Amino acid sequence: MAGETAGEASGNLTMTPAIEIIDLHKYFGDLEVLKGIDFEVSNGEVVCIIGPSGSGKSTLLRCVNRLEESTSGTILIEGEDITDPDADVDHLRTRIGMVFQQYNLFPHLDVVHNLTIAQTKVLKRDKGEAGRIAHDVLERVGLLDKIDEYPIRLSGGQQQRVAIARALAMNPDMMLFDEPTSSLDPELVGEVLDVMRQLARDGMTMMVVTHEMSFALDVADRVVFMDDGVVVEEGPPSVVLQEPKTERARRFLRMVIDK
Amino acid sequence: MYAIALVVVVLAVLIGDWDRIAFNFFNPEVMADMFPEVLTIAARNTLVYTLLSFAFGLVGALALALMKLSSIGPYRAFAIGYIELFRGLPALITLILIGFGIPIAFDFRIPGGRVGAGVLGLSIVAAAYMAETIRAGIEAVPRGQSEAARSLGMSSNRTLFTIVLPQAFRIIIPPLTNEMVLLIKDTSLFFVLGTTPLTKELTKFARDFMVEIRNATPLTVAALVYLAITLPLTWLVRRLEKRAAISR
Repeated sequence: MAGETAGEASGNLTMTPAIEIIDLHKYFGDLEVLKGIDFEVSNGEVVCIIGPSGSGKSTLLRCVNRLEESTSGTILIEGEDITDPDADVDHLRTRIGMVFQQYNLFPHLDVVHNLTIAQTKVLKRDKGEAGRIAHDVLERVGLLDKIDEYPIRLSGGQQQRVAIARALAMNPDMMLFDEPTSSLDPELVGEVLDVMRQLARDGMTMMVVTHEMSFALDVADRVVFMDDGVVVEEGPPSVVLQEPKTERARRFLRMVIDK
Repeated sequence: MYAIALVVVVLAVLIGDWDRIAFNFFNPEVMADMFPEVLTIAARNTLVYTLLSFAFGLVGALALALMKLSSIGPYRAFAIGYIELFRGLPALITLILIGFGIPIAFDFRIPGGRVGAGVLGLSIVAAAYMAETIRAGIEAVPRGQSEAARSLGMSSNRTLFTIVLPQAFRIIIPPLTNEMVLLIKDTSLFFVLGTTPLTKELTKFARDFMVEIRNATPLTVAALVYLAITLPLTWLVRRLEKRAAISR
């Protein structure tokens, strides 16, 4: 498949894709929400997944780190099969950062402990090292001054930036974003997208489910349009978002832009 | 309604034999006689029995709550059966069962003697009541919390103990404190197992004192000591509930 294109002239081309999804099916009861998904995300690539609600895009993302169990099919994380029943899922997840629509910060812990708890308990880093890393990633998202606050004292945008920092503190190889700005007040969306934009510039591999079309146009290397459990169209953002080939994609984009 | 209540109170004040009431219920000599044992033995025993039963009950309740939430059928069935059984029975029956029924049937002595049997019996009952409270607390923690923890690579056990349970217990401190107030009062059932002068709790102590001197003042004293323990606790619950309501 289109793993390495001419556009990727980074010089450090790895043959193994960061994420490879092969013939993925997912049922909720009798309802088939993913009907055979095939695609891959290369190292350093930013892929935005768009589509109407109920199209299966969040389910797909949640299958990648097995928060959702797929019914059949395979997902390889840097070549390792995470869908294998014997896979060390906990270990693989430390390499996959995830950011949720509802932030899901731990409300009983202050910001610094939100950032260090998994570092110390899962990666077994010592407190000093974990604290230094927490300090660094908070600086990256511009919230160093909130290090001792509890999440409830932060705005939605700040909480989401802390959530991104929490994922980054694990030094993941890739990040999954599940509608990261959908619960935010409009005036707070920009600060979160700015952090994500910077992350993309720094070369992070990203898979982003989003409704932010201008972000996708701006930042994505590739846009995937999903509808009704299948990938309908994928390609460079300028093509998929501005000159879509399929009628379904055209209809969806018209509706989004009319809003 | 208010007027009727007022008339009743006025009549009671006029008709009541106040000297007699004072002598029998508020007799200062009897009160003086009860100290310090009412505090150093009776109240102390009540508190010790309560705290022990609460602590053991809490451990049992946590295990039951986790079993009830388990995906393994037999665990769930056991938890449901246990909870329904011991919530449905009078605590007195459970105490007699543990104190006499089992020792007689299996020729087995509960460690700690009668007090041990009482604490065990009350722990068994408390576990049944608190299990439902803990289960509700665990279920009240949003799913996203454990998803976030799992996505950071935490195992399901670590997620439970470092992320879910700390939040669950914060939610259920008020109802758990209520359970403790109920337990304080249930320690009065220990009498059924038999007591020695040193193992009497408040109710038994007051009752024996009353029978001995044929005066009801010990009941008044015991009631006041109970209230001195339970009122601060219920006050604490109200404060905690208010604080919880604000922080949402």
